Amino acid sequence: MIMSDSQNLLQVGHLTKIFRSGGFSAGKELVAVDDVSFDIPTEKPVTLTLAGESGSGKTTTARMVLGFTKPTQGEITYRGKSILNMGNDEWRRYRREVQAVFQDPFGAFNPMYVVDHSLKIPIQKYGLAKTEDEIRRLISDALEVVGLRPEEILGKYPHQLSGGQRQRIMLARAFLLRPRIVVADEPVSMLDASMRADILHLMLDLKRRWNVSFLYITHDLSTAHYVSDSIAIMYQGSILEMGPIDDVISNPLHPYSKLLIDSIPIPDPGQRWQEHVQLPSKELQTQISNGCKFYDRCGARMEVCKAERPALGQEGSRSVACHLYRA
Amino acid sequence: MSDRILEIKNLTAYYEIGTSPTRAVDNATLGIIRRGEILGIAGESACGKTTLALAILRLLKPPGRIRGGEVIFDGVNLLELGEEEIRRIRWKRISYIPQSSMNALNPVMRTRDQLSDGIRAHESGQSRDDLEGRIEGLLKDVGLSRDVIGMYPHELSGGMRQRVAIAMAMALDPELLIADEPTTALDVIVQRGILQLLGEIRDRMHTILLITHDMAAQAEISDRVGIMYAGKMAEIGRTEEVFGDPLHPYTRLLISSIPKLRGKSEPTWIGGLPPDLRSPPKGCRFNPRCPRLIAGTCDTKEPGLAEVSPGRFVACHLYGD
Repeated sequence: MIMSDSQNLLQVGHLTKIFRSGGFSAGKELVAVDDVSFDIPTEKPVTLTLAGESGSGKTTTARMVLGFTKPTQGEITYRGKSILNMGNDEWRRYRREVQAVFQDPFGAFNPMYVVDHSLKIPIQKYGLAKTEDEIRRLISDALEVVGLRPEEILGKYPHQLSGGQRQRIMLARAFLLRPRIVVADEPVSMLDASMRADILHLMLDLKRRWNVSFLYITHDLSTAHYVSDSIAIMYQGSILEMGPIDDVISNPLHPYSKLLIDSIPIPDPGQRWQEHVQLPSKELQTQISNGCKFYDRCGARMEVCKAERPALGQEGSRSVACHLYRA
Repeated sequence: MSDRILEIKNLTAYYEIGTSPTRAVDNATLGIIRRGEILGIAGESACGKTTLALAILRLLKPPGRIRGGEVIFDGVNLLELGEEEIRRIRWKRISYIPQSSMNALNPVMRTRDQLSDGIRAHESGQSRDDLEGRIEGLLKDVGLSRDVIGMYPHELSGGMRQRVAIAMAMALDPELLIADEPTTALDVIVQRGILQLLGEIRDRMHTILLITHDMAAQAEISDRVGIMYAGKMAEIGRTEEVFGDPLHPYTRLLISSIPKLRGKSEPTWIGGLPPDLRSPPKGCRFNPRCPRLIAGTCDTKEPGLAEVSPGRFVACHLYGD
């Protein structure tokens, strides 16, 4: 067996997705994801956050990892094997070991069925249990792992449960299959602050106790800071900065990361914003230039930034795509 | 012109469905709101924030119904006005930015027409040129270029649409602006721009009632903040006081549940769920979740909103009598 890539459980290399609309020749192209690379190691569980604002390509990246969307270019390998060339058995294993949790904890359930139904489907699909008793035991165990009391949950319809409870059930459903990686796309953004902390704790707990890695997709750097080990900050389809979460949050290098982090309100009236941010007064023209994607909005732009797009380069503990950090 | 622009006393609004009504706003008192301040209203989903806004504006639709209380705007109780009288105040003197208003613009109208519709409905006999000039001024106030005047909503980003919605709300120079979650679902940098814009509007002596669950946004921009829980006001005070020294156990938990970007303090969560407003618990509505419950008191007797120091109100037995 070839073990060349065995150090990485999941490896994403030069991933690109171009959406084309309109006619064959006159159509418009949207580069949703542009040459994105990252990995999740095998030896210990990690949480990697893909952070960015709307249109940054974070969700499209997640959808490609989950196999919902085909990449235009680039590779996604799992246990050393490209997910695009997997045989049936390997694909089945991938779908089992890489689970997903989404933003809307209501939309994920069929409102006509009690929640037990959603938990039974994966057990039946993967043949995890033979008898009704076994099924019930597996479900109860999974609910307990996510901190729910089965007797309070089973037999209920989705609308009878809170958003936080529903999101825990989605994690329980993922957990049933003993995943190695959970792709969590904004799992707490529809929950109230008081329940958000609860789900974030649970994510940490699943990582520590059950060795589950997370690919956490979010626009919210505060929650990312709390659960992640590392972060990739995306802008218009590209990673502009990537590294250990504490380093990036406490000392962002890229001018975009700086603006983004500085714009997050601090829940302390003693530390209000000092500077005024200028929002664009008209829609920016999506320029197809060779320069840096952040050029139009950058306060530190230079001549070279317009002409040449900076590649990601190593800068201490992290990588950053910015001409300020080139000798 | 009085300095007190709005006063809300014992406002009660229920949704009358089935046998027991949902008590969305129940005997809520907000005290006096002064001209040129931002009063924030915070609380979790379904605590009654939006119903409160709709009740103030008399925009509550059946099965929602105002059951009692007073909403005194510039000396007049709005709840006693006839439909025609309230219509003349609404939009012109009190305007409203509803939740997800940026998605509520008419998709087939250019910005110019979105804005001129409202102005024409309240003020007649304007020349085209005057109107055009006024609209350009409104767009400039929200930081939009004059090109936006001829654009349709789909040509604008979310943040720009939200600024058009704010320009619409400001078109008739209202004294009071009620904004319901104006920054939710916007990117953080845009959120910051919108909050700063609301600050500028306040600095021009407009009063703003800022409804948002986002405590960090409240800390950033509100002069005073009211914390709402299960249809009632739990605590009201200056923003510095409420964040620096929260009195109500719910406020305390709400603040410590916010993940902090700086420092690794662990966010906590509030156990339990907000009550079913069809049959709220006896006594204090927070008592089943409260870590500082006084058995025999909190679960039997409802605490009133009391002024514990000048301008500082709390509804909690810990600070009673």
